[in-house]
Amino acid sequence: MKTSVKRGYLVNGAAVVLAYALFVVLAATLGQGGSFKLILAPSIWQCCYLILLAASLNLVLGFMGQLSLGHCGFMAIGAYTAALMSLAFQRAGVYDEKSGAVFIGILFLCIISAGLLAAVFGVLVGIPALRLKGDYLAIITLGFGLIIVNVINNLPFAGQNGLAEGSAAASLYATGLGFGSSDRVSYLWVGVGVTILCVTLMFMFIRSKYGRAVRAIRDDEIAAAASGINTGYYKVLTFAFSAFFAGVAGALYACCNASLSTVSFSFTNGSILNSTFVVVMVVLGGMGSLTGSVVSAVIMFLLNYQIANGAWVDALPGFVRGVFTYPMLVYALVLIVIIMFRPKGIFGAYEFSLLRTPRDAAGLFKRRGGKRSRPVGKEAAAQ
Amino acid sequence: MGEFLQTLFVGLRLGSVYALIALGYTMVYGIVRLINFAHGDFIMVGGYTLIFTVPLMTAAGLPAWTAVVIAVAVCALVGVLVELIAYRPVRRKGTNMTALITAVAMSLFLENLAQAIPAIGPNPIIAGQLFASGGVRVAGVTLDYITIYTIAVSAVVMLLLYVFTQKTRLGRAMRCVSEDKGAAVLMGISVNKTVLATFAIGSGLSAAAALMYVAQYPKVYTTMGSLLGLKAFVAAVVGGIGLIPGAMLGGIVIGLVESFSTAYISSSMTDTFVFFILIVVLLLKPAGILGKNVGEKV
Repeated sequence: MKTSVKRGYLVNGAAVVLAYALFVVLAATLGQGGSFKLILAPSIWQCCYLILLAASLNLVLGFMGQLSLGHCGFMAIGAYTAALMSLAFQRAGVYDEKSGAVFIGILFLCIISAGLLAAVFGVLVGIPALRLKGDYLAIITLGFGLIIVNVINNLPFAGQNGLAEGSAAASLYATGLGFGSSDRVSYLWVGVGVTILCVTLMFMFIRSKYGRAVRAIRDDEIAAAASGINTGYYKVLTFAFSAFFAGVAGALYACCNASLSTVSFSFTNGSILNSTFVVVMVVLGGMGSLTGSVVSAVIMFLLNYQIANGAWVDALPGFVRGVFTYPMLVYALVLIVIIMFRPKGIFGAYEFSLLRTPRDAAGLFKRRGGKRSRPVGKEAAAQ
Repeated sequence: MGEFLQTLFVGLRLGSVYALIALGYTMVYGIVRLINFAHGDFIMVGGYTLIFTVPLMTAAGLPAWTAVVIAVAVCALVGVLVELIAYRPVRRKGTNMTALITAVAMSLFLENLAQAIPAIGPNPIIAGQLFASGGVRVAGVTLDYITIYTIAVSAVVMLLLYVFTQKTRLGRAMRCVSEDKGAAVLMGISVNKTVLATFAIGSGLSAAAALMYVAQYPKVYTTMGSLLGLKAFVAAVVGGIGLIPGAMLGGIVIGLVESFSTAYISSSMTDTFVFFILIVVLLLKPAGILGKNVGEKV
């Protein structure tokens, strides 16, 4: 491993530890009750799965250059796998309370199985779908997303009205994974930890020789194949990899929600959790920028939260308020405007980096005076 | 036997509606290589136009279905506007994928814009009767007039479109542009005008589809075009995208699959079967039933 890369991991690792320590201190001073428990902790959980969703779709959309419109289908698989598995363990009497080492073990088992099953479906969908390109891939993934929802709706134990009603008598809330508000606080580390781990894994994937191959396929598939890259293999691999993290995102969703309903995973719907919204997040953050996806997921969550709950919305004049009743209208407009003026998304392929950002920021200021100084030669190699 | 015939007629009727919508998809795709996701929502636009104009028509003493003339005009206008405002600037600058994302966004935009308009709102509106009720009895089954009209209208429209693309100047220009844009420009064809005309015709067809659909299922709501449009697109792909007879064939196939799976297998799994057909066709014959495989130029 190159020294610069090692240094990058060290700095980023230290930053994560620092941020977590800061968060723990803040949480301790804010106290466990009130707004932290009811607003902040659920918000962080939501951000976690949105980040995972956006980042994992970016692997396919941004780095491989293929539009997948059924990403929430994989999330649905993950969510239902985790919920049903935990429910089964609970029914079998393996755990009773949502605490203790056994429960934590099962929690992680559920999360990993959710990801694995989603990855298996990723391979199953990917092999036929990736023989096709562009438009056809979009439509076939869209069809797949609809099939998944349709099939889950027709499962006797999952059901149209969600897991809460479909699954015998017990609801997901009382048993299984669905965390109550105090569980959400005490297991916050699980959500945050899993998210950080997954994003790190995606970073490593993109920087590895696999990532380079995938980007080569995006830039010119025929040239990549001519250079000896097995395009079919890499495409299916990336697709499955992306599906894995969408499945993990689904498991996190199952953790922090009281009940599951397939309406949440459709192509479009009133809420923000749908395949189109994930595309909005990725495009906003930049196709080909994982850090951009992370940032845009958080921004979109905050925006959505503000539109739904902010006091300022009520102060707006009538028609504008009417528009905000349908946030997807705003997002659709934002998406069209971004695509028109920045076809690669706001940040394009730019990755934020703690090592590089100060220097880039300095470069931005320098540009005002004269030409932008781009790092060359030795300096570029040092990055 | 009676049930079989009934299912067959339902499938043909449904298939004819899909075919009308698929014609619009296929024309636009053939010429700009773009899945116009917003096309399904043009049906919604047509549906609401019908809702608002039918009372005017009946007040003027005309039959209710004549409102379709206005609906066709409105849909064509919306289609042209969408192309001018959103698709053309993006197509000029971006790649195929950015255009596709714009189309998805446009579809979302139209659906939610309709909800935000106070006169429409999120709740479904029930449409009045558009055609005379009743029907004729054939071999022991009642064949509604609506079914006959739907099948006849889509057959006539397809025939007219086929003749139009083969014989008229504009139709030939369309085929030229879809075959080779650069060469079309050299032959003195205005590509932009041809694309606009295609959007106008394709969108106008969706108003006709809206008429036939609403006559059968008299409920208009803002997301009605979403799944309808998707299935019609599946129909276009199954038949062979870019081909007018392909859209017709694909529409009928999808309609029959839907009606027979509903009648004989499971009514709630219909969508799964439709998309399964798509996957199977794409795997076996990616260019569609009537399409020819074309190699990629390097």
